Amino acid sequence: MLKKTIRQILEDSRPYGWVLEPDAKRILKLSGIPVPKGKVVRSLPEALAAGRKLGFPVVAKAVGPTLIHKSDVGAVILAIADESNLQAAYGRLTEIPGCRAVLVETMEQGLEMIVGGRTDPQFGPVVLLGMGGTGVEIYNDISLRMAPVKDHDVRSMIRCLRARELLTGFRGNPPVNIEALVELVLCFSKLVVKMGDLIDSMDLNPVLCSPTGCVATDARIILANTPAKTENRLEEDNYCNRPSGRA
Amino acid sequence: MKTDFKPLFAPKTMAVVGVSLTNASHPANVIFNKLNLRYPVKVYPVNPRGGRIIRDKVYKSLADLPERPDHVVIAARAPHVPAILEDCIACGAGAATIISGGFAESGRRDLQEQITCLAGEAGFPFIGPNCLGIYVPDRFDTFFLPGERLVRPMKGNVALVSQSGGVLVDQMVKFAGQGIGLSLAVSIGNKALVRETDLLRYLARDPATEVIAFYIEGFAHREGRLFVELASKCSKPVVVLKAGKSNQGRRAVSSHTASLAGDYAVFSQVLAQHGIVEARNEYELLSFCESLSCYKQAIEGKVGIITVSGGHGVLAVDTCTAHGLQVPALDETAKEQIRTGLSSSIREIASLENPVDLTGSARDDDFIAAANGLLKTRAIDCILLSLLPYSPGISSDLGARLSHVDRNQEMPIVAYVPHVEKYRMLIEGFELNRVPVSNSIEGAVLMLEALRRCQPC
Repeated sequence: MLKKTIRQILEDSRPYGWVLEPDAKRILKLSGIPVPKGKVVRSLPEALAAGRKLGFPVVAKAVGPTLIHKSDVGAVILAIADESNLQAAYGRLTEIPGCRAVLVETMEQGLEMIVGGRTDPQFGPVVLLGMGGTGVEIYNDISLRMAPVKDHDVRSMIRCLRARELLTGFRGNPPVNIEALVELVLCFSKLVVKMGDLIDSMDLNPVLCSPTGCVATDARIILANTPAKTENRLEEDNYCNRPSGRA
Repeated sequence: MKTDFKPLFAPKTMAVVGVSLTNASHPANVIFNKLNLRYPVKVYPVNPRGGRIIRDKVYKSLADLPERPDHVVIAARAPHVPAILEDCIACGAGAATIISGGFAESGRRDLQEQITCLAGEAGFPFIGPNCLGIYVPDRFDTFFLPGERLVRPMKGNVALVSQSGGVLVDQMVKFAGQGIGLSLAVSIGNKALVRETDLLRYLARDPATEVIAFYIEGFAHREGRLFVELASKCSKPVVVLKAGKSNQGRRAVSSHTASLAGDYAVFSQVLAQHGIVEARNEYELLSFCESLSCYKQAIEGKVGIITVSGGHGVLAVDTCTAHGLQVPALDETAKEQIRTGLSSSIREIASLENPVDLTGSARDDDFIAAANGLLKTRAIDCILLSLLPYSPGISSDLGARLSHVDRNQEMPIVAYVPHVEKYRMLIEGFELNRVPVSNSIEGAVLMLEALRRCQPC
């Protein structure tokens, strides 16, 4: 069963059609998926206090129901080195139309991966693992499995990536923590299954993978019954379904 | 509900409803004639007007038949089908094939729902509507194609299930050409009641079937999930050819996952996850079925190649590599084993790396020696023979002889032999002994690829 808090967050996000990043990260944290330490702030003094507490460098992101494609509008500022830079960043982010708050987070390092989930009309919940970042559609280096996945499924997903050598240590780079990645995908798969028909799809992109661990530094949950979902339903209707009630 | 499929696939008495009294080439008449003249079933023609066609009495209704039909073929116009189906159920018939079109495919979803509910409630299985129906070698078929036009594969152990009748008939031509036998072939058309998952359940237990092949256009809501779950529980290899791979359904995509995990990408990878072998095209379907009908064990895909031509050896290595198979080097022990078995003239000139190139001077005994040597090494787990019978040392007996080399190791052997009529005996020597033969290197490599892919990835 889905935790009560998670169900509540999904319910509260329904008017937007998607779950805002700070809320999505609360869901991940409640599900055992590592996320960066961070704070949602609504004033400059709050932002600076958060920066000091988290320790520089930090990341700052604009948060708002209309800001679904954040990097397209410059709503993500990475590697903010000190308070004066954070002050400037805060100013720029709050000028973005639709910005309602700012999320200040610790700056994580690692190889960019994507972990995703979707409710497929034919197969139900599926999970995706791939080489991440903004170019995911270009690399198209992904593994897909029907959820829930087992430990050996996740290892096979990793093996099936063309760029798998980047994870296991390439040209003297230390290998990423594969066990942490496996654990993350297993937790994620359980979450995708539990959310089931409530969601259309979910992206953790990027998940930053390093020798020490794997952290989901961005998260986007698209709820079901958005216009996109309605279109799916129409497609399904093209198949001739047998009436329910027959075993 | 437990439905008995025996009347569907093994009927003894049949009826064809909708035969024409005036038009001998009406689909129902074509079906009646072939059942009546060419198959070991008792068949009755039915038309509400009664009368006679040629020598046979036409019955006015199913209720008038002198015995209860196991299987009723319905080829009447769509609006009459619900009433005929009711008659089937009332007279105690066991199953039906509904050839007639005019249902969901042409906007009459209501009519289709009507017959589906009717039969579903009665536990009465039917195939169709809008289909060719069933072909069971030497038993019966419901195809409305005249016998002389139909290419009929021999009896064998592959079951072929297709949403499309046209694709099914075309595949049957190819299966027959390649000498692959069928346990049955079914075109399920609109699949209103009996669907892929029902047939998968049935075929998993059917003793005549060892390989189950599907041509699938799409699944209904969550039906794919049930399908892969059934397939992974089934001990027989399942091969799927998917049509409709391009993502034409325009969808407003707001996440990377939704755009990357399109319908076909999910289909393909979820099948692989469950050890279902996806054929990318018709040619692969054929090669995969042929190979899996001979061998059951999955392999890792380490190929030992025996050739008489260096060029074919290199081509085979390239093709193996392109299909994710390895061609590992042979250890000294294996080479020595092969070397000692070769005739003295060949020993000097053969290359005993992998590929083992026996040269155009090799004789039958040299192939046997090479195969025996490869069978003993653990460096490989399957053998690809590239046999070019223009080489004068190769006799027509070699196929049978190579098929009988010590097979205790259970190492799959596949062969490439050009399919020319004059090499027929060599090819049959392999095929009758369950060593699959392809007419191309690509085909032989695909046969091995099937064995690598018939396990969960």
